[in-house]
Amino acid sequence: MGQIQLNQVSKSFGSVEVIPPLDLTIEDGEFVVFVGPSGCGKSTLLRLIAGLEDVTEGHVTIDGQDATEVVPAKRGLAMVFQSYALYPHMSVRKNIAFPLRMAGLDKAQQDKSVAQAAEVLNLTDYLDRRPGQLSGGQRQRVAIGRAIVREPAAFLFDEPLSNLDAALRVGMRLEISELHKRLKTTMIYVTHDQVEAMTMADKIVVLQAGVIEQVGSPLELYQRPRNTFVAGFIGSPKMNLIQGPGADKYGAATIGIRPEHIDINEEEGLWHGTVGVSEHLGSDTFFHVQCNASHEPLTVRATGEMALEYGAEVHLTPRTEHLHKFDAKGLRME
Amino acid sequence: MARAVTTRQKTINSLAAWAVGLLIFFPILWIFVMSFKAEGDAIKTPLEVLAAPWTLENYGVVQERSNYSRHFANSVILAFGSTLLGLLVAVPAAWAMAFVPSKRTKDILLWMLSTKMLPAVGVLYPIYLLFIRLGLLDSRAGLVVVLMLINLPIIVWMLYTYFREIPGEILEAARMDGATLHEEILYVLTPMAIPGMASTLLLNVILAWNEAFWTLNLTAAKAAPLTAFIASYSSPEGLFYAKLSAASTMAIAPILIMGWFSQKQLVRGLTFGAVK
Repeated sequence: MGQIQLNQVSKSFGSVEVIPPLDLTIEDGEFVVFVGPSGCGKSTLLRLIAGLEDVTEGHVTIDGQDATEVVPAKRGLAMVFQSYALYPHMSVRKNIAFPLRMAGLDKAQQDKSVAQAAEVLNLTDYLDRRPGQLSGGQRQRVAIGRAIVREPAAFLFDEPLSNLDAALRVGMRLEISELHKRLKTTMIYVTHDQVEAMTMADKIVVLQAGVIEQVGSPLELYQRPRNTFVAGFIGSPKMNLIQGPGADKYGAATIGIRPEHIDINEEEGLWHGTVGVSEHLGSDTFFHVQCNASHEPLTVRATGEMALEYGAEVHLTPRTEHLHKFDAKGLRME
Repeated sequence: MARAVTTRQKTINSLAAWAVGLLIFFPILWIFVMSFKAEGDAIKTPLEVLAAPWTLENYGVVQERSNYSRHFANSVILAFGSTLLGLLVAVPAAWAMAFVPSKRTKDILLWMLSTKMLPAVGVLYPIYLLFIRLGLLDSRAGLVVVLMLINLPIIVWMLYTYFREIPGEILEAARMDGATLHEEILYVLTPMAIPGMASTLLLNVILAWNEAFWTLNLTAAKAAPLTAFIASYSSPEGLFYAKLSAASTMAIAPILIMGWFSQKQLVRGLTFGAVK
């Protein structure tokens, strides 16, 4: 079990309100990702759930029980920190066993659970090493091991992959997703990386300045962003947002079009422009085109084979069925 | 950037450094030398002193006249007792200041240190009267408490500096793992802070060992440590240099040897946080 509910939860540090009152429900077994730019309050929100910070107003409910005043140790949650936060003076075995030791389990039960966790995480050969003798990826696995042995109601991940190099990050991302499928335990995952959010989440919570901008599945957010912030934040490369005359034509203050929804050719089209930098990824090519519809260059996605010279004249045509329209307040128009 | 230093300059620098070093060390060396000379020879000119025959006579006389081992035992009890008691009080204090600081934490730290700037003699009367009232004069227990209190600001400061270097996330992890505050300090913080606590312990043992003002004023015979042992050889009817030197050598040797073997730990302790 691991249903978590936030009712009118807010947080202020002194007179600065970092999280205005918000409501959020996380269902049992869900993989929820909090995503947003740095300083948006996503880590603070996670720490409020963990109990490492006290809420200023409102209530945190875990499995129907009011946990607002409950200390972190008694909330039944496990946390994986960005810095791994392993105990440097203990072996891997002792690190993983620590929560069990604190729970007062006997040695035999501890050994059994540690052996199981080590098996799942490929750490069996490293149990007698100290954290200092492990690589970044192994340390992260130890931190996860320490979290899984206590069979928590939910896992809290605070940017767990941001200290790893890019290749390792992709591998660990898969491992964590795999773990979630296997354990079916609620996971709350904080990241500033929207690719992690898109690939891992059942449900994404987009935050900005402590306010929830949108909650939804990755595809919902991608296909129907509620406002220009979500539209610009989710998706890589970013959605093209066009203001001014280009948008007026569609009766909107801002229009948005994703790079893959613009057709590019050299003969004819709705907009006209010149090619700037091209990025060849092999599978795709991204062209940055300065065109007459927008002040900002537009990003256009084309097939990997397509090649255009720097400065070449091109025509662009957005696919109208994929056009996103936003009003003057930046909200989506239906 | 590497600086070019000529060999000549290096030689001059080395000589200067050795000269300063010897100058500082000379009094201790001289005490050591004099302690092995006959009383009549010890007051002669330096060259004559060196040429005079060596003897162990002074040590025998000192040992006969006063009880070295009792003073030594008192020094050990006072130095280690006050330091351990100090650590017991200072660990929770430093924990609170390092991990849950308030707006006033910095002020409290400075205020604590400022008590070290107060001349000790300023509070001699009140403490002396308290000791009489409580029957603590010439007792080891009373002196352990006083020595602990006068060194407490330094212990708290040192521990605070070490604790500040320990990432708060590790303590938060312990809290998430179900550790109570007591378990968090005992199983996670303390083991990680052991190097820092060791150098704090060493430095404070040395400070307490050498403390003379309070030990001389508050003890007579029973609780007197080695500082009082040395002082008892500066008699008003003329000095006995050789015997005073022998007593001094016996008093400072244990702490000097301990300091020598732990100098690596001490230097690390004193410069901790300065370079990282």
